[in-house]
Amino acid sequence: MNPQQINLASFNIGLASPEAALLALLCLIMVAHLFWARDKQEGRLLVSALVTLAITAGLVICVAMPPATGSVIAASNITPVQYAFTNMFVVDAMATLLKVSLLLAVAITIIYSRAYLAARQLFSGEFICLILFGTLGMMVMVSANHFVTLYLGLELLALSSYALVAFNRDSAKSTEAAMKYFILGALASGLLLYGISMVYGATGTLDVSRVAAVVAGSRANDPLLTFGIVFIVAGLAFKLGAVPFHMWIPDVYEGAPTAITLFVASAPKIAAFGFIMRILADALGGAVQDWQGMLVILAVLSMAIGNIVAVSQTNLKRMLAYSTISHMGFLLLGILAGTKNGYASSMFYIVTYVLTTLAAFGIILLLSRDGFEAENIDDLKGLNKRSPFFAVLMLFVMFSMAGIPVFVGFWAKLSVLEAVLNAGYTWLVVFAVLMSVIGAFYYLRVVKVMYFDPPTDTLPITAPLEMRAVLSVNALAILVLGIVPGGLMTACLNAIQKSF
Amino acid sequence: MHSDSYILSLAIWVPIVAGVLTLFMSGDAQKNLARWTALVGSVLGLLVSLPLWVHFDNAAGGMQFSEFLPWISRFNINYSLGVDGFSTLLIILNSFTTILVVIAGWKVIEEKVSQYLAAFLIMSGLVNGVFAAMDAILFYLFFEAMLIPMFLIIGIWGGPRRVYAAFKFFLYTLLGSLLMLAAFIYLYNVTNGSFSILDFHKVPLGMAAQTVLFFAFFASFAVKVPMWPVHTWLPDAHVEAPTGGSVVLAAITLKIGAYGFLRFNLPIVPDASAALSGFMIALSLIAIVYIGFVALAQTDMKKLVAYSSISHMGFVTLGMFLFSGQQTGSAVGIEGSLVQMVSHGFISAAMFLCIGVLYDRVHSREIAAYGGVVNTMPKFAFFAVLFGMANAGLPGTSGFIGEFLVILAAMKINFWIAFAAATTLILGAAYTLWMVKRVIFGAVANDNVRALTDIDGREMLILSILAALVLAMGIYPKPFTDVMHVTVDTLIKHVATGKLN
Repeated sequence: MNPQQINLASFNIGLASPEAALLALLCLIMVAHLFWARDKQEGRLLVSALVTLAITAGLVICVAMPPATGSVIAASNITPVQYAFTNMFVVDAMATLLKVSLLLAVAITIIYSRAYLAARQLFSGEFICLILFGTLGMMVMVSANHFVTLYLGLELLALSSYALVAFNRDSAKSTEAAMKYFILGALASGLLLYGISMVYGATGTLDVSRVAAVVAGSRANDPLLTFGIVFIVAGLAFKLGAVPFHMWIPDVYEGAPTAITLFVASAPKIAAFGFIMRILADALGGAVQDWQGMLVILAVLSMAIGNIVAVSQTNLKRMLAYSTISHMGFLLLGILAGTKNGYASSMFYIVTYVLTTLAAFGIILLLSRDGFEAENIDDLKGLNKRSPFFAVLMLFVMFSMAGIPVFVGFWAKLSVLEAVLNAGYTWLVVFAVLMSVIGAFYYLRVVKVMYFDPPTDTLPITAPLEMRAVLSVNALAILVLGIVPGGLMTACLNAIQKSF
Repeated sequence: MHSDSYILSLAIWVPIVAGVLTLFMSGDAQKNLARWTALVGSVLGLLVSLPLWVHFDNAAGGMQFSEFLPWISRFNINYSLGVDGFSTLLIILNSFTTILVVIAGWKVIEEKVSQYLAAFLIMSGLVNGVFAAMDAILFYLFFEAMLIPMFLIIGIWGGPRRVYAAFKFFLYTLLGSLLMLAAFIYLYNVTNGSFSILDFHKVPLGMAAQTVLFFAFFASFAVKVPMWPVHTWLPDAHVEAPTGGSVVLAAITLKIGAYGFLRFNLPIVPDASAALSGFMIALSLIAIVYIGFVALAQTDMKKLVAYSSISHMGFVTLGMFLFSGQQTGSAVGIEGSLVQMVSHGFISAAMFLCIGVLYDRVHSREIAAYGGVVNTMPKFAFFAVLFGMANAGLPGTSGFIGEFLVILAAMKINFWIAFAAATTLILGAAYTLWMVKRVIFGAVANDNVRALTDIDGREMLILSILAALVLAMGIYPKPFTDVMHVTVDTLIKHVATGKLN
């Protein structure tokens, strides 16, 4: 776009209204909560945060709908790709679906965290504001159409996350985790920026669409571009937690307060997926041969190291950390296929994986109480005796993560494997399959302690009603989506087909 | 396509719904309610599946009682069901066995009764799904989901080493089945986007692809059967599982492996199956002869029957891979296999139930802990001896028919294969009757045996039904074999045609 043509109307500010609303409301909460009485603060914070997220989600959906001009709105022709801020910001079907998912994930996170953090005097306005700032960062990440906007969103999320991990400032473990997270995160951001600067050098632009056009043209084999891609992939792998850039994940998962771990482990993964899609599939889609091989290595290492190391963990949070690493390996499988089917499969994978992770940490939070952290696998001992219902829910979560039908995790694995096989990587499919057998072992172990071992902790489970209700719905959704996965699969495929 | 009937869906979902209902009756006061619900559920499960046999058109080829419902359009996965001569009997066998298991656990299981019964009922529905599924992913879904209840059954109600056995069972089976999943996805690509098993049957495949696919399926089904040398999970799982678990494992889940060979290996990769038939025959003979000797050396009754199961399942796989080039020869082999599958379902269930009867009273599975049981339990001794004879393949019992047919088919190919297979008649008699002799006959060995009480009405009922079936099938097997004739002939024609041209 020519600089002379820029006028206010072409900014399309309305497209960013969800982000703007989120920012405005969160600033309001930030100020208002200072005036709330201490005893009423908890409830008001919860409600205001949820209302903010709901309004934002509503706006996301409104923005995605085409203007109602009286014409028939067919469900199939919603969301043409729309740009705002002179191509720096994009709203397409993928962004819409990812935003709605991540807003939902954040809402669930806040509901699960409330009782746990309140018992530790950590459920404060700062917590809510940091989470919402992180959410804003995530929304910018999935909607950015310019490398600078991408980086902006990423840093907003990262800085909020660093602060959240260190949120329990009296805990040495949390502080250590935050320190590691910050230093490694800053390093990765540096790598990413360095890579972006090389891409700029090779293509002369930072606009995602224009980079894509240049890369698709003659510059695909430019060594400078290739170097840039190496650094970018390294930076992305760090954010995703793929081996060999995974070191921060176990420490952060274990060190952060469980509620914060829940946040770090859930919604940001969705944002990271969107981020990767914007950079690899969109901007660098023409250089697919360059990054495909790198992703193969990352995926293989992640699946191997993640699954094998998880076997020896006794700390449940750490085990889930390594399990995340292996799942990110699976996620990469779909992306590296480099096809629309592959992207759609990965999208389905990440959305359902986050849903499953939320339920897993939800159970851990459910079993924790004032002064007691349920974070070892042994803390689940005899859960079937204590509460058959929640034991069954955790069983759903574990079998889903292991990829056993009829749970949704199976469909996620099936679709990425199909995409990879279609891309010609038969050996990769066999390897992934072997790794999931190893993976099944440690998930089964959790089922084993719940069902086969006698309980050591016999205190009744106390958790607020809204958490029990949401957790039940969350875990049952894993089963229901396993029985009728078609709708979400098609939605993901449509979103990808309309966005690329 | 449309749905002809809903019988198969009922056979799958009635037990599952009953199982989920049972799950809610978890209180101590509701134990009896849970038991009755489970019993009603399992009887209903059998009643709704009986029409499959009664109304089965013996003369028609292809699938009957088909149901079709689009499910996941993204991958063209459909809820597609159907049965032919292979699966009909197995569904009935499974629904029937579930009733036995519910009754057998009536008084024995006192802990977590509702979960125990629910696990078996859900399992039963899933197994029916395995036999009825005509879509590969649907098949896989039931095939894998079945592992979950079985894992819990072994792990919660099993013996001292139950955790080890449960894990071994689960991981062994999972490894095999995941390779099968990879094969399905490959075939999905080859068929241009179809997971229909019948489309898999039709799609042409080169020899190299067929060989790889053969081994992918082999990995899954050989573990399930189990064939030597991947059989080691079975003795562990059997020994540690509660009686009901052993019965279901032996009578039903082993059949799934054999069924898989018939449904997938033979029709989808016929040329590889023919080329590798020597390999399969060799493994089967090793199972029959070597495992027969292993069984002879066992001191634990359950382990002995477990090994005897492996040996008998060797007959099943042997019968399937006897390609004599003659239409009739191969047909006799496969029919022998099928008869052997059903018969082994009855006999092994009966053997494990007999052991369960003793175990409930003495709490030992060691052969040495018994002796002279006939003196205190004459009625029980009658059944035990009858089933022992059937296990040894005595003419007049169902055990004889299947083995005889398979040996007959083997004879058409090679005398020595038939000879090796026939040694089972001696070995089987040796290990079974020797066990029967040591446990049942002789003088009363110790105070435990002296204190034994004979079987009650409940146990009598189960064992009599099984005895009647074993004898009926041994004397007049026609109703069983009539069902499978046409399907077997179709399969053999298909295999003989091959896919290479």
